[in-house]
Amino acid sequence: MSLTFTLDGRTASARPDDSILDAARANGAAIQTLCHFDGLCDVGACRLCLVEVEGSSRLLAACAARVREDMVVRTDTPRLRDYRRQILELFFAERNHVCPVCVANGHCELQALGAAAGIDHVRFDYLHPSESVDLSHPMFGVDHNRCVLCTRCVRVCDEIEGAQVWDVSGRGLRTHVITDLNDPWGASDRCTSCGKCVMACPTGALFAKGASVAEQRHDRGKLLALIDARRASGGRR
Amino acid sequence: MSFLDLDEWLFELARRVEVVYSPLIDVKTFPADVDLTLVEGAVANEDNLALIKTARANSKRLVSFGDCATTGNVTALRNTLGSSNADSVLGRAYLATGLIDPRVPDDPVGAPTLLPAVLPVHAVVPVDLFLPGCPPNSARIREALEQLCPEPS
Repeated sequence: MSLTFTLDGRTASARPDDSILDAARANGAAIQTLCHFDGLCDVGACRLCLVEVEGSSRLLAACAARVREDMVVRTDTPRLRDYRRQILELFFAERNHVCPVCVANGHCELQALGAAAGIDHVRFDYLHPSESVDLSHPMFGVDHNRCVLCTRCVRVCDEIEGAQVWDVSGRGLRTHVITDLNDPWGASDRCTSCGKCVMACPTGALFAKGASVAEQRHDRGKLLALIDARRASGGRR
Repeated sequence: MSFLDLDEWLFELARRVEVVYSPLIDVKTFPADVDLTLVEGAVANEDNLALIKTARANSKRLVSFGDCATTGNVTALRNTLGSSNADSVLGRAYLATGLIDPRVPDDPVGAPTLLPAVLPVHAVVPVDLFLPGCPPNSARIREALEQLCPEPS
Protein backbone atom coordinates (compact mmCIF):
# COMPACT_ATOMS: atom_id res chain seq x y z
CA MET A 1 0.00 0.00 0.00
CA SER A 2 1.48 3.33 -0.98
CA LEU A 3 0.20 6.84 -1.45
CA THR A 4 1.07 9.54 -3.95
CA PHE A 5 2.04 13.11 -3.16
CA THR A 6 3.85 16.00 -4.83
CA LEU A 7 7.35 16.81 -3.65
CA ASP A 8 8.98 19.99 -4.97
CA GLY A 9 6.92 19.76 -8.17
CA ARG A 10 7.54 16.06 -8.80
CA THR A 11 5.19 13.17 -8.18
CA ALA A 12 6.45 10.92 -5.41
CA SER A 13 5.23 7.90 -3.51
CA ALA A 14 5.31 7.12 0.20
CA ARG A 15 4.12 4.59 2.73
CA PRO A 16 0.94 5.66 4.55
CA ASP A 17 2.61 5.93 7.96
CA ASP A 18 5.62 7.88 6.71
CA SER A 19 6.41 11.30 8.11
CA ILE A 20 6.85 14.01 5.50
CA LEU A 21 10.56 13.89 6.38
CA ASP A 22 10.92 10.13 5.77
CA ALA A 23 8.89 10.35 2.56
CA ALA A 24 10.83 13.37 1.27
CA ARG A 25 14.21 11.83 2.06
CA ALA A 26 13.19 8.52 0.46
CA ASN A 27 12.42 10.53 -2.67
CA GLY A 28 15.74 12.35 -2.67
CA ALA A 29 14.91 15.69 -1.00
CA ALA A 30 17.71 16.90 1.27
CA ILE A 31 15.80 18.29 4.25
CA GLN A 32 18.13 19.42 7.02
CA THR A 33 17.45 18.37 10.59
CA LEU A 34 18.96 18.77 14.02
CA CYS A 35 16.69 17.14 16.62
CA HIS A 36 15.77 14.19 14.38
CA PHE A 37 17.73 10.97 14.89
CA ASP A 38 16.97 7.88 12.82
CA GLY A 39 15.38 5.28 15.07
CA LEU A 40 14.19 7.67 17.79
CA CYS A 41 10.71 9.17 18.07
CA ASP A 42 10.38 12.64 16.53
CA VAL A 43 9.45 15.65 18.62
CA GLY A 44 9.70 18.62 16.23
CA ALA A 45 11.93 20.51 18.65
CA CYS A 46 14.39 22.26 16.33
CA ARG A 47 12.01 23.39 13.54
CA LEU A 48 14.77 23.16 10.92
CA CYS A 49 12.77 20.66 8.85
CA LEU A 50 9.91 23.11 8.28
CA VAL A 51 8.21 22.60 4.91
CA GLU A 52 5.44 24.35 3.00
CA VAL A 53 2.29 22.30 2.48
CA GLU A 54 -0.31 23.63 0.08
CA GLY A 55 -3.57 24.45 1.84
CA SER A 56 -1.86 24.98 5.20
CA SER A 57 -1.17 28.56 6.26
CA ARG A 58 1.37 27.30 8.81
CA LEU A 59 4.70 25.74 8.04
CA LEU A 60 4.85 22.12 9.18
CA ALA A 61 7.74 20.31 10.86
CA ALA A 62 8.36 17.53 8.33
CA CYS A 63 9.54 15.11 11.02
CA ALA A 64 6.37 15.40 13.07
CA ALA A 65 3.71 15.55 10.33
CA ARG A 66 2.39 12.57 8.37
CA VAL A 67 2.42 12.63 4.58
CA ARG A 68 -1.07 12.33 3.08
CA GLU A 69 -2.52 11.36 -0.31
CA ASP A 70 -2.31 14.26 -2.82
CA MET A 71 -0.36 16.46 -0.39
CA VAL A 72 1.68 19.15 -2.18
CA VAL A 73 4.97 19.66 -0.29
CA ARG A 74 7.74 22.16 -0.95
CA THR A 75 11.01 21.68 0.90
CA ASP A 76 13.22 24.40 -0.59
CA THR A 77 11.79 27.89 -1.12
CA PRO A 78 13.25 31.35 -0.41
CA ARG A 79 10.93 31.66 2.60
CA LEU A 80 12.05 28.30 4.04
CA ARG A 81 15.73 29.07 3.46
CA ASP A 82 15.27 32.41 5.20
CA TYR A 83 13.56 30.81 8.21
CA ARG A 84 16.13 28.02 8.47
CA ARG A 85 18.93 30.53 8.50
CA GLN A 86 17.17 32.57 11.18
CA ILE A 87 16.55 29.46 13.29
CA LEU A 88 20.22 28.49 13.09
CA GLU A 89 21.34 32.01 13.97
CA LEU A 90 19.01 31.97 16.97
CA PHE A 91 20.58 28.70 18.13
CA PHE A 92 24.00 30.32 17.97
CA ALA A 93 22.74 33.43 19.81
CA GLU A 94 20.86 31.58 22.56
CA ARG A 95 23.75 29.83 24.35
CA ASN A 96 27.53 30.23 24.43
CA HIS A 97 28.69 28.03 21.58
CA VAL A 98 32.14 29.62 21.07
CA CYS A 99 33.15 27.01 18.48
CA PRO A 100 36.94 27.51 18.59
CA VAL A 101 37.10 26.27 22.20
CA CYS A 102 34.47 23.52 21.95
CA VAL A 103 35.17 19.80 22.32
CA ALA A 104 33.04 19.17 19.21
CA ASN A 105 34.63 21.83 16.98
CA GLY A 106 34.75 20.35 13.49
CA HIS A 107 32.46 17.45 14.44
CA CYS A 108 29.34 19.45 15.36
CA GLU A 109 26.03 19.21 13.55
CA LEU A 110 25.03 22.77 14.47
CA GLN A 111 28.33 24.11 13.14
CA ALA A 112 27.98 22.08 9.93
CA LEU A 113 24.40 23.25 9.42
CA GLY A 114 25.48 26.86 9.96
CA ALA A 115 28.26 26.54 7.40
CA ALA A 116 25.94 24.83 4.91
CA ALA A 117 23.44 27.68 5.32
CA GLY A 118 26.21 30.18 4.55
CA ILE A 119 26.06 31.82 7.98
CA ASP A 120 29.20 33.94 8.33
CA HIS A 121 27.85 36.07 11.17
CA VAL A 122 24.85 36.16 13.51
CA ARG A 123 22.47 39.10 13.09
CA PHE A 124 20.87 38.69 16.52
CA ASP A 125 22.31 39.85 19.82
CA TYR A 126 24.07 37.05 21.68
CA LEU A 127 22.28 36.36 24.96
CA HIS A 128 25.44 35.18 26.76
CA PRO A 129 23.51 33.29 29.46
CA SER A 130 25.31 32.02 32.54
CA GLU A 131 25.24 28.24 32.07
CA SER A 132 26.69 25.42 34.14
CA VAL A 133 28.90 22.44 33.40
CA ASP A 134 28.30 19.19 35.29
CA LEU A 135 31.39 16.99 35.57
CA SER A 136 30.13 14.82 38.43
CA HIS A 137 29.82 11.68 36.28
CA PRO A 138 33.03 9.62 36.27
CA MET A 139 33.10 9.17 32.47
CA PHE A 140 31.04 11.95 30.89
CA GLY A 141 30.29 15.65 31.18
CA VAL A 142 27.42 17.95 30.21
CA ASP A 143 28.09 21.54 29.18
CA HIS A 144 24.82 23.47 29.00
CA ASN A 145 26.57 26.28 27.13
CA ARG A 146 26.53 24.03 24.04
CA CYS A 147 23.06 22.51 24.41
CA VAL A 148 20.47 23.15 21.67
CA LEU A 149 17.67 21.33 23.55
CA CYS A 150 17.16 18.81 20.76
CA THR A 151 16.32 16.20 23.45
CA ARG A 152 18.11 13.40 21.59
CA CYS A 153 19.74 12.46 24.93
CA VAL A 154 16.33 12.29 26.61
CA ARG A 155 14.90 10.09 23.87
CA VAL A 156 17.85 7.76 23.38
CA CYS A 157 18.09 7.14 27.13
CA ASP A 158 14.38 6.39 27.32
CA GLU A 159 13.74 4.58 24.03
CA ILE A 160 16.96 2.65 23.47
CA GLU A 161 18.69 2.23 26.82
CA GLY A 162 15.48 2.27 28.87
CA ALA A 163 17.15 4.07 31.75
CA GLN A 164 15.22 7.37 31.64
CA VAL A 165 17.98 9.36 33.29
CA TRP A 166 17.53 12.45 31.10
CA ASP A 167 14.55 14.77 31.13
CA VAL A 168 13.63 18.37 30.38
CA SER A 169 13.07 21.01 33.04
CA GLY A 170 11.80 24.58 32.80
CA ARG A 171 10.24 26.55 29.98
CA GLY A 172 11.37 29.05 27.38
CA LEU A 173 14.84 30.41 27.99
CA ARG A 174 14.96 28.51 31.30
CA THR A 175 14.59 25.14 29.59
CA HIS A 176 17.39 22.70 30.40
CA VAL A 177 18.06 19.03 30.05
CA ILE A 178 18.46 17.48 33.48
CA THR A 179 19.60 14.17 34.93
CA ASP A 180 17.21 12.45 37.34
CA LEU A 181 15.29 15.10 39.32
CA ASN A 182 17.83 17.80 38.46
CA ASP A 183 20.47 16.04 40.52
CA PRO A 184 24.16 15.83 39.58
CA TRP A 185 24.66 13.29 36.78
CA GLY A 186 27.22 11.42 38.87
CA ALA A 187 24.65 10.90 41.64
CA SER A 188 22.26 9.04 39.34
CA ASP A 189 21.96 5.37 40.20
CA ARG A 190 19.79 4.80 37.13
CA CYS A 191 22.53 5.88 34.70
CA THR A 192 24.18 2.77 33.25
CA SER A 193 27.11 4.81 31.87
CA CYS A 194 26.31 3.36 28.43
CA GLY A 195 27.23 6.63 26.70
CA LYS A 196 24.37 6.57 24.18
CA CYS A 197 23.41 10.16 25.09
CA VAL A 198 26.96 11.25 24.27
CA MET A 199 26.83 9.37 20.95
CA ALA A 200 23.51 11.01 20.05
CA CYS A 201 24.38 14.60 21.03
CA PRO A 202 24.70 16.81 17.92
CA THR A 203 26.95 19.40 19.60
CA GLY A 204 29.59 19.54 22.32
CA ALA A 205 26.99 19.57 25.11
CA LEU A 206 27.65 15.94 26.01
CA PHE A 207 31.18 14.65 25.86
CA ALA A 208 33.53 11.99 27.16
CA LYS A 209 35.79 13.31 29.88
CA GLY A 210 39.31 13.89 28.70
CA ALA A 211 38.24 15.21 25.30
CA SER A 212 39.90 18.52 24.57
CA VAL A 213 39.07 21.09 21.88
CA ALA A 214 37.84 19.41 18.67
CA GLU A 215 38.46 15.92 20.08
CA GLN A 216 34.89 14.80 20.74
CA ARG A 217 33.63 12.72 17.83
CA HIS A 218 30.15 11.41 18.52
CA ASP A 219 30.04 7.72 17.65
CA ARG A 220 26.87 7.77 15.54
CA GLY A 221 27.73 4.53 13.70
CA LYS A 222 27.78 2.50 16.92
CA LEU A 223 24.48 3.98 18.08
CA LEU A 224 22.76 3.45 14.72
CA ALA A 225 23.99 -0.17 14.68
CA LEU A 226 22.53 -0.70 18.17
CA ILE A 227 19.21 0.80 17.10
CA ASP A 228 19.13 -1.39 13.96
CA ALA A 229 19.96 -4.52 15.93
CA ARG A 230 17.25 -3.72 18.43
CA ARG A 231 14.71 -3.17 15.67
CA ALA A 232 15.72 -6.40 13.90
CA SER A 233 15.17 -8.37 17.11
CA GLY A 234 11.63 -7.01 17.40
CA GLY A 235 12.31 -4.33 20.00
CA ARG A 236 10.13 -1.29 20.44
CA ARG A 237 10.73 1.32 17.79
CA MET B 1 50.08 33.68 12.08
CA SER B 2 47.52 32.42 9.59
CA PHE B 3 48.12 35.61 7.62
CA LEU B 4 51.83 34.75 7.49
CA ASP B 5 50.84 31.33 6.12
CA LEU B 6 50.12 33.17 2.87
CA ASP B 7 53.86 32.58 2.40
CA GLU B 8 55.18 33.79 -0.97
CA TRP B 9 51.80 35.29 -1.87
CA LEU B 10 52.63 37.98 0.72
CA PHE B 11 55.03 39.38 -1.90
CA GLU B 12 52.19 39.48 -4.41
CA LEU B 13 50.00 41.18 -1.81
CA ALA B 14 52.76 43.71 -1.04
CA ARG B 15 52.78 44.61 -4.72
CA ARG B 16 49.06 45.34 -4.63
CA VAL B 17 48.67 47.27 -1.37
CA GLU B 18 50.25 49.91 0.79
CA VAL B 19 49.93 49.24 4.52
CA VAL B 20 48.96 52.54 6.12
CA TYR B 21 47.90 51.46 9.61
CA SER B 22 48.45 48.49 11.88
CA PRO B 23 49.22 47.87 15.55
CA LEU B 24 52.66 46.79 14.27
CA ILE B 25 53.65 50.02 12.50
CA ASP B 26 54.46 53.43 13.92
CA VAL B 27 51.43 55.39 12.73
CA LYS B 28 49.41 56.28 15.86
CA THR B 29 46.27 57.76 14.32
CA PHE B 30 43.98 56.00 11.89
CA PRO B 31 44.49 57.63 8.46
CA ALA B 32 41.81 59.02 6.13
CA ASP B 33 40.72 57.56 2.76
CA VAL B 34 41.61 53.93 3.46
CA ASP B 35 40.49 51.44 0.79
CA LEU B 36 40.33 48.33 2.95
CA THR B 37 40.47 47.68 6.69
CA LEU B 38 40.81 44.21 8.20
CA VAL B 39 39.52 44.27 11.78
CA GLU B 40 40.81 41.69 14.21
CA GLY B 41 39.28 41.34 17.66
CA ALA B 42 35.98 42.33 19.25
CA VAL B 43 34.95 45.71 20.64
CA ALA B 44 35.80 45.38 24.33
CA ASN B 45 36.75 48.83 25.66
CA GLU B 46 36.32 52.57 25.06
CA ASP B 47 39.52 52.66 23.04
CA ASN B 48 38.29 49.88 20.70
CA LEU B 49 34.96 51.67 20.37
CA ALA B 50 36.48 54.98 19.31
CA LEU B 51 38.92 53.28 16.93
CA ILE B 52 36.29 51.14 15.18
CA LYS B 53 34.10 54.20 14.58
CA THR B 54 37.04 56.07 13.05
CA ALA B 55 38.06 53.04 11.01
CA ARG B 56 34.55 52.67 9.65
CA ALA B 57 34.22 56.36 8.81
CA ASN B 58 37.62 56.43 7.07
CA SER B 59 37.41 53.10 5.18
CA LYS B 60 35.70 52.23 1.91
CA ARG B 61 35.52 48.57 2.90
CA LEU B 62 35.68 47.05 6.38
CA VAL B 63 36.15 43.32 7.00
CA SER B 64 35.48 41.41 10.23
CA PHE B 65 38.60 39.28 10.21
CA GLY B 66 38.35 36.13 12.33
CA ASP B 67 35.98 34.84 14.99
CA CYS B 68 36.70 37.47 17.68
CA ALA B 69 35.62 40.27 15.32
CA THR B 70 32.73 38.19 13.97
CA THR B 71 31.24 36.65 17.14
CA GLY B 72 33.11 38.06 20.15
CA ASN B 73 34.46 34.52 20.61
CA VAL B 74 36.53 33.84 23.74
CA THR B 75 36.95 37.54 24.45
CA ALA B 76 33.16 37.81 24.94
CA LEU B 77 33.04 35.06 27.57
CA ARG B 78 33.05 37.71 30.29
CA ASN B 79 29.57 38.73 29.09
CA THR B 80 28.22 35.56 30.72
CA LEU B 81 29.11 37.02 34.13
CA GLY B 82 26.22 39.48 33.82
CA SER B 83 26.05 43.26 34.15
CA SER B 84 28.98 43.49 36.59
CA ASN B 85 31.24 41.35 34.41
CA ALA B 86 33.82 44.13 33.91
CA ASP B 87 34.28 44.54 37.67
CA SER B 88 34.41 40.78 38.11
CA VAL B 89 37.20 40.20 35.61
CA LEU B 90 39.19 43.26 36.70
CA GLY B 91 38.85 42.19 40.33
CA ARG B 92 39.97 38.70 39.48
CA ALA B 93 42.92 39.91 37.41
CA TYR B 94 44.18 42.76 39.58
CA LEU B 95 42.87 42.26 43.14
CA ALA B 96 42.59 38.52 43.71
CA THR B 97 45.97 37.78 42.15
CA GLY B 98 47.79 41.02 42.97
CA LEU B 99 50.66 40.62 45.40
CA ILE B 100 51.96 44.16 45.96
CA ASP B 101 49.49 47.04 46.45
CA PRO B 102 46.68 45.31 44.55
CA ARG B 103 44.41 47.83 42.77
CA VAL B 104 42.44 48.07 39.55
CA PRO B 105 44.11 50.47 37.07
CA ASP B 106 42.12 53.70 36.83
CA ASP B 107 44.09 55.46 34.09
CA PRO B 108 41.80 55.40 31.01
CA VAL B 109 44.72 56.10 28.66
CA GLY B 110 46.98 53.29 29.82
CA ALA B 111 44.12 50.86 30.57
CA PRO B 112 40.99 51.91 28.64
CA THR B 113 37.67 51.49 30.46
CA LEU B 114 35.96 48.19 29.69
CA LEU B 115 32.56 48.34 27.99
CA PRO B 116 29.63 46.71 29.83
CA ALA B 117 29.74 43.90 27.24
CA VAL B 118 32.14 42.70 24.56
CA LEU B 119 30.52 43.20 21.15
CA PRO B 120 31.16 41.75 17.71
CA VAL B 121 32.19 44.46 15.23
CA HIS B 122 28.91 44.35 13.27
CA ALA B 123 26.99 45.15 16.45
CA VAL B 124 28.74 48.55 16.50
CA VAL B 125 29.36 49.56 12.86
CA PRO B 126 28.27 48.20 9.47
CA VAL B 127 30.58 45.45 8.17
CA ASP B 128 31.07 44.70 4.47
CA LEU B 129 32.51 41.20 4.66
CA PHE B 130 32.96 38.49 7.28
CA LEU B 131 35.91 36.11 7.36
CA PRO B 132 35.03 33.65 10.15
CA GLY B 133 37.52 31.16 11.53
CA CYS B 134 39.81 30.95 14.52
CA PRO B 135 41.94 31.81 12.72
CA PRO B 136 40.53 31.97 9.18
CA ASN B 137 42.80 29.67 7.20
CA SER B 138 45.20 31.23 4.75
CA ALA B 139 43.33 29.91 1.71
CA ARG B 140 40.23 31.77 2.87
CA ILE B 141 42.23 34.92 3.56
CA ARG B 142 43.83 34.75 0.13
CA GLU B 143 40.50 34.11 -1.60
CA ALA B 144 39.10 37.27 -0.01
CA LEU B 145 42.16 39.47 -0.50
CA GLU B 146 42.59 38.46 -4.14
CA GLN B 147 39.17 39.90 -4.82
CA LEU B 148 39.37 42.86 -2.46
CA CYS B 149 42.83 43.97 -3.61
CA PRO B 150 42.87 43.77 -7.42
CA GLU B 151 46.07 43.83 -9.46
CA PRO B 152 47.42 47.37 -9.87
CA SER B 153 46.58 48.53 -13.40
